[in-house]
Amino acid sequence: MLKAEGISKRFGAVTVLDEVRLHLRAGEVHALMGQNGAGKSTLIKILTGVYPVTAGTLALDGAPIAPASPLDSQKLGISTVYQEVNLCPNLTVAENIFAGRFPRRGWGGLKAIDGPRMVRETRALLTRLNLDIDPTQTLGTLPVAVQQLVAIARALSVDAKVLILDEPTSSLDDSEVESLFTVLRGLRASGLAILFVTHFLDQVYAISDRITVLRNGRFVGEWTPAELPAPALVSAMVGRDVALASAEAADAQAAAKPADSATPRLQLRGFGAERRIHPLDLDLRDGEVMGVAGLLGSGRTELARLLFGLDAADLGTLAVQGETVRFTHPAQAVKLGLAFCPEERKSDGIVGELSVRENIVLALQARTGLWPCIRPARQRELAQKYIDLLGIRAADSDMPIALLSGGNQQKALLARWLATAPRVLILDEPTRGIDVAAKQELMNEVMRLAREGMSVLFISSEIDEVLRISDRIVVMRDRRKAGELPRGATEAEVMNLICEPAAA
Amino acid sequence: MTTAHEMNASPPRPAPQLPPPESLWLRTSRHPLVWPLVTLALILAVNASLNPGLWHLEWRNGHLYGSLIDIVNRAAPLAIVALGLTLVIATRGIDISVGAVVAISGAVAALMIGGDLKIVDGQPVHISHWPLPVALLVALVAAAACGAWNGLLVARAGLQPIIATLIMMLAGRGAAQLLTSGQIITIYYPPYFVIGNGFFLGVPVAALIALAVWLGMTLLLDRSALGLFIQAIGINPRAARVAGVRARTITICVYAFCGLCAGVAGLIVSSNVKSADGNNAGVLMELDAILAVTVGGTLLTGGRFTLAGTVIGALIIQTLTSTIYAIGVPPEINLVVKAVVVFAVMLLQSPEFRRQVRALAFRGGAR
Repeated sequence: MLKAEGISKRFGAVTVLDEVRLHLRAGEVHALMGQNGAGKSTLIKILTGVYPVTAGTLALDGAPIAPASPLDSQKLGISTVYQEVNLCPNLTVAENIFAGRFPRRGWGGLKAIDGPRMVRETRALLTRLNLDIDPTQTLGTLPVAVQQLVAIARALSVDAKVLILDEPTSSLDDSEVESLFTVLRGLRASGLAILFVTHFLDQVYAISDRITVLRNGRFVGEWTPAELPAPALVSAMVGRDVALASAEAADAQAAAKPADSATPRLQLRGFGAERRIHPLDLDLRDGEVMGVAGLLGSGRTELARLLFGLDAADLGTLAVQGETVRFTHPAQAVKLGLAFCPEERKSDGIVGELSVRENIVLALQARTGLWPCIRPARQRELAQKYIDLLGIRAADSDMPIALLSGGNQQKALLARWLATAPRVLILDEPTRGIDVAAKQELMNEVMRLAREGMSVLFISSEIDEVLRISDRIVVMRDRRKAGELPRGATEAEVMNLICEPAAA
Repeated sequence: MTTAHEMNASPPRPAPQLPPPESLWLRTSRHPLVWPLVTLALILAVNASLNPGLWHLEWRNGHLYGSLIDIVNRAAPLAIVALGLTLVIATRGIDISVGAVVAISGAVAALMIGGDLKIVDGQPVHISHWPLPVALLVALVAAAACGAWNGLLVARAGLQPIIATLIMMLAGRGAAQLLTSGQIITIYYPPYFVIGNGFFLGVPVAALIALAVWLGMTLLLDRSALGLFIQAIGINPRAARVAGVRARTITICVYAFCGLCAGVAGLIVSSNVKSADGNNAGVLMELDAILAVTVGGTLLTGGRFTLAGTVIGALIIQTLTSTIYAIGVPPEINLVVKAVVVFAVMLLQSPEFRRQVRALAFRGGAR
């Protein structure tokens, strides 16, 4: 249905896509796979008319097309849902879905927006997605996962032939993913071609009919899932064999751990905040990786924000290195050696128009204060050190961070905090939206840092990751601590704690 | 280091092609200060063609004298206000109360100095009510306090900057009128006149003050991390806070500094006219200052900013005003003329507009 042949794209001197092909057939779900910076997002932006191609042809139903703008490609029948929710939080659900093409009522020049019709049609669309929300609700009041589904509803509301989903599931939990897949299967049956980008391998095998792999801007191959089992898919993406799950290494690390010192690095006693987190006790020791598991909204992120002074804690005590503290501003936490990589990379993490270098030195400079200023030469040196260490793909450290791909932005944020040489590193969903190899590198890096004595609080909704990396696991449920498990706990044990109904 | 590289880029990317050597013209045209400078040159050229005496400089009574000196001298208060405003705008804010603060600072100074002519030992001597340094200090502190109040409303109370400073614009103007009882207070104390009329080494003192403010700010921003923090706050305040930047404190300080700058400008203005006018001093100055900042190349959306651009912007606005007076545009249409020129300047500075013009020109050429 949609054929892209020999697509190349250059930005200045950098070749981002080199002779890439992609064949989408009607009635199939096609997974587009590749590491961060492999060119997936660029390819999608070409299909949707955001960027013109440098070379190559696009054809829809056999006829050549050259979408000049996202609107243009939408008119051609190519609808897209982007990775980050791109809707207006201050408008209602219905307004978001119809923004730019509101149904009209009336005659001639006096056409008013047909509000009731808009609400009616929105409700019908949402029903298709099994989404039970009020179309007149303001979008910003809904959880991110629901906003993501609204974005998909918006894409579906246009009569699309091709639906492109760029990491639609990265902010959804399992049941939401399943209901999304049900919808996708329905759409596939109705003859839509669906292009699906994700980093979750299990999802690829759960839904896709065909897989195209890109690597370093080049086309690697096209397979059916049966032809390409998971390990082969990973090596196709990475170009080498990846050692998955390094549990033994972690065990060795546990053995080599320095003896527990008397005072834990962080000690929480009855720590919490009204209406945010029920009081809980927690000890984080030197060189320990503590995993925090739990569902969306279980209080994982809230706990991290309280610890870091982003929200005020009004219950219990927090002691850092034995000293009781009360943070009212993150700057105080940073001063005591805490670091926090937030979950919402775009809104709480990166400073988009500043360079990679400036983003990396920001926290260190904030801790140093206004004076003395880290000289540009030293900044460049620091930035380069972490670009090399974490393998950040950036042409140079002076390019704006907004131009990096999502995973590389995540790494740059990690670099920002590593540069402050923190004693406690809080990572909130650090692996969201980054590819398998980068995930593994990031986790190896975390384990290495823990070996050197850094204490890590590792928050993730992916239980296998938490199991693999943690010395101990805290499970959160309904904004309280549901329990604590030692290393070697099984996924089932964690799941039990997560799901155990509060009534039991 | 090498391992990290190898791990990540297993098949080496195709060797990057060298970018085509950029022409000097292209590189220059991208420098942020080029278009403001071109604009300034254009306006000066127009002025010169209508007023041949523009370039004439002479040494008279021990100081420089000429139209250019006059422009620089008159641009000084505007430049100082606009420099302070640049930082506020960089934090994604705006301050429309600077004109009112100019009036307040002038009024406070005038009230505290006043000036009497007394005969001491048979000699006429001018006496101020309070010692001059005290009067200047109090006026500046009052101005900085107005700015700090704006900052508090913005950073602590969470008011939108335009609303917070709109309140100060009205309240401050009211306070200035109250202080002067709605009259023009004349100052009789010659030492005070030096600020707005004096010369040092042949150069106007006001221009030297503006230069000092500019250099002082440049030095401060270069030697400290303030510039980085202000930009981070302007681009993404939440991220700046998470990174440990004291965003609120810095915001309040920036507004206070902007007030202080307006206070300095107020002293220059009142010293220049040897009086304080609560009703008219600094009226519409906030708009000229915002124009100066924007014409200079700082975006109102916050983030990246340029102090040098702002100074050039202030010179552009003042040259324009002087030109309009010099060529005898009737007073009733001079605002219209100014608006048209500013409009043209803004178009000239818009990369999008320039791109369209280029495209048009090329199409025309191909035909």
